[in-house]
Amino acid sequence: MFVFSAKAKRFSLILMAVGVISLILNFTMSEGVSHEDVTHITSHEEHSQAVVGEHATGHSEDQHASNDHHETSSHDVGHDNHHQLVNKPWSRLFVNIFFFMAISLGALFFLSIQYAAQVGWSVVVLRIMEAMSQFLIIPVLLIIGLSILGVFHVHHLWHWMAEGIMDPESPAYDSIIAGKQGYLNPGFFITRSVVYLLIWVLGAKLFRKYSLQADTGSKEEGAALWSKKRTLSAVFLVLFAVSSSMMAWDWIMSIDTHWFSTLFGWYTFAGLFVSALTVITLIAIYLKMNGYLPELNHSHLQDLGKFMFAFSVFWTYLWFSQYMLIWYSNIPEEVTYYLIRFKEYKGPFMTALALNFLFPILVMMSRDSKRNMYFVITAGIAILAGHWLDHFVMIMPGTVGVEWSIGLIDLGIFCGFMGLFIWVVFSSLAKAALVPKNHPMLTESKLHHI
Amino acid sequence: MHYESHIREPLILGDKNYHDVTVEVARPIETAPPRSWWIAFSISLLLFLWGVGNILYTIGTGIGTWGLNKTVGWAWDITNFVWWVGIGHAGTLISAVLLLFRQKWRMSINRSAEAMTIFSVIQAALFPGIHMGRIWLAYFVFPIPNQFGSLWVNFNSPLLWDVFAISTYFSVSVVFWYVGLIPDFAMLRDRAIKPVQKHVYSILSFGWGGKAKHWQRFEEVSLVLAGLATPLVLSVHTIVSMDFATSVIPGWHTTIFPPYFVAGAIFSGFAMVQTLLIIMRKMFRMEHYITIQHIEMMNIVIMLTGSIVGVAYITELFIAWYSGVEYEQYAFLNRATGPYAWAYWSMMTCNVFSPQLMWVKKWRTNIMFTFIISIVVNIGMWFERFVIIVTSLHRDYLPSSWTMFSPTFVDIGIYLGTIGFFFVLFLLYARTFPVIAQAELKTILKSSGESQKKHHTEDGHH
Repeated sequence: MFVFSAKAKRFSLILMAVGVISLILNFTMSEGVSHEDVTHITSHEEHSQAVVGEHATGHSEDQHASNDHHETSSHDVGHDNHHQLVNKPWSRLFVNIFFFMAISLGALFFLSIQYAAQVGWSVVVLRIMEAMSQFLIIPVLLIIGLSILGVFHVHHLWHWMAEGIMDPESPAYDSIIAGKQGYLNPGFFITRSVVYLLIWVLGAKLFRKYSLQADTGSKEEGAALWSKKRTLSAVFLVLFAVSSSMMAWDWIMSIDTHWFSTLFGWYTFAGLFVSALTVITLIAIYLKMNGYLPELNHSHLQDLGKFMFAFSVFWTYLWFSQYMLIWYSNIPEEVTYYLIRFKEYKGPFMTALALNFLFPILVMMSRDSKRNMYFVITAGIAILAGHWLDHFVMIMPGTVGVEWSIGLIDLGIFCGFMGLFIWVVFSSLAKAALVPKNHPMLTESKLHHI
Repeated sequence: MHYESHIREPLILGDKNYHDVTVEVARPIETAPPRSWWIAFSISLLLFLWGVGNILYTIGTGIGTWGLNKTVGWAWDITNFVWWVGIGHAGTLISAVLLLFRQKWRMSINRSAEAMTIFSVIQAALFPGIHMGRIWLAYFVFPIPNQFGSLWVNFNSPLLWDVFAISTYFSVSVVFWYVGLIPDFAMLRDRAIKPVQKHVYSILSFGWGGKAKHWQRFEEVSLVLAGLATPLVLSVHTIVSMDFATSVIPGWHTTIFPPYFVAGAIFSGFAMVQTLLIIMRKMFRMEHYITIQHIEMMNIVIMLTGSIVGVAYITELFIAWYSGVEYEQYAFLNRATGPYAWAYWSMMTCNVFSPQLMWVKKWRTNIMFTFIISIVVNIGMWFERFVIIVTSLHRDYLPSSWTMFSPTFVDIGIYLGTIGFFFVLFLLYARTFPVIAQAELKTILKSSGESQKKHHTEDGHH
């Protein structure tokens, strides 16, 4: 039985406190800037926007001419910059909310795969996935909250929520965005988010419920519940396939409202899955190092490492597919997405690629390194940093444009969410045995040796 | 010994020992073929010869004998090319990806699936070859020194990447297949009575002695090749998809193409494995090795990849609308409601709706039903490529050049010819090669054999 120690609790509370302080600083400091220096910044930004425009199209006149196809509508750059400044604290928050949502959703997906594919070796780490998926409700509720604030124009994360953008009479009218009204409208958008919430949270609760039930019953009941979970996993995976893609379109792709990519849903999925695999592994190592999970051996560790490695490569494959095809065909509607990322976000953009691909390839390739906890921890931290950056690069350009920065506040907010995540996940782990009893594959997992 | 949960179904049925496995796998090679083999072989050979005639006619007369035109410059031939390459994916997926995932059920089907891969890649390679028109100049697809003439390949073109991808895939698949065959050839060598056979199989088995060191090297090489082949499985159809997706043709240029093509390829490949194995297990009485459970597993893969393909179709449709780009929107509207709507809806029915029937356990464990669906799926996947290629091209940006495509008898003849050629190769293989990787299969006899499993459970040691 795992005990959520006082020391760990203190650590997680400190992290949460750091998070709260960072959030306060995040909102107060940024507002201070936008009120005091708004004229100065606006005029400064007008200049830098024009520079971006020039970079993006080669000629700034072109940008004015083909306004329809550009994110930045140049007729009121000042207005947009004001939005970008207002957005910044919200975007910082959103990056972290989404990242932790991704981690817990990925864990839930992997949990259901364990049943759908009749996996044997992973039984000793199942409870970790269950505990991680219990966190999911918090970030999803926060995202729903954020979208309601967006509808009331408190912030401007989703460009299509801007006032008058779908109204032909308004000066802010954008005909392309208006064409998407059937899908991108506040009512349908929030309804969809609530549906995702219901599907995922219900899935997470049911898996957990059946799993705890099996602990108290007999071996036969354990086998019966296992079959029940197989059915549940099949149903859940079908719903997940649809909801995970749509979630990515809604919450992230619609930030850059003009832009579209058919691969985006799967690309987001690859990122969330590999982040979740990494966290599962790191928690397993933490437990092992603290004397728990005696059943977890080097073969389990190697298998988890293989997954981290393989899906890092898979993520890179999808990254490359999306990037290369858009770069190669160079169609203005699509390529603007990467132009701003490549020109204005080069640092985080390239770092993310290096951390998510080169690092795992170099560190995790050999069998020995996958069996060495310190190597896996190092690679794991790199992968998580890389995917945090990747989400940053997905979200920031469409919300704050060139106004981005990465600093202590981002780190602080991240720590806050980490504290909360640790609190929820560890409390959940402490509520039941670390290894499920009466799982029909339990012996297979205990004897796992490769 | 490897432990296996009692809840898992046995993979080898009946009360078998190692010798039984040997005898039953060697039987099709050591005995005269059944009459059904001769019938199938004759039909395939006739189709093949008809195809050869049509290919010679094309080479002698020119591409004008085909139904292609100026607007639809790629049609029947590239459809067939992509279809065959796609089918070729299942073999390596079964032998490499499922090896990495430690799926033991792959063991009785991997040998034939890999053979199928190799034979279908041969069919695929034929089409770009003859489409060039002057096949005697085909070596120009490779980057060759300028002494051959000042013509250098275009490294920016995905068509060139295809040359590399497919030739690499073909070579690695052949090596992988051959490595697995070595211990089985040795088994045939040891059993052979006629001197010629003994000699041939002893050359083929590379002096295999079954020593511990041999096995250790064998397993190591298999793992390394599996590691190499896994990215190759993904890369081949990824690059085939880039032949289309790097262009600016609405309906071709879309970012989901690489993984979606791979999923579709696995989908059609598994369907073809089903078609072949259902015939083979019956013809050679392999029902104890290729069990209903194997068929069910493959049906689940078909259902899964079919659903992935379905999600991709719907994503494409949705994003075409969402993009707000009128050309994209029209390309998809034209697919669903234009003059080729019949092809689109055949594709949708065969690829998206039919695999969903596999949710019913009773159907997915029914052999006749599986056989029919496996053929339906391959028809659907052929239509998928036809829809992508022909309907995207036939109405381009310039309405004055809009036209239709219809195949000539030569188009159809070459296609039928490749089907004949494929079956000729497969039927010959089935008579001379061990169709089941018996050496590998024997490693799981004690843990997954039916009678052995029952014995463990009765004894109560799990």
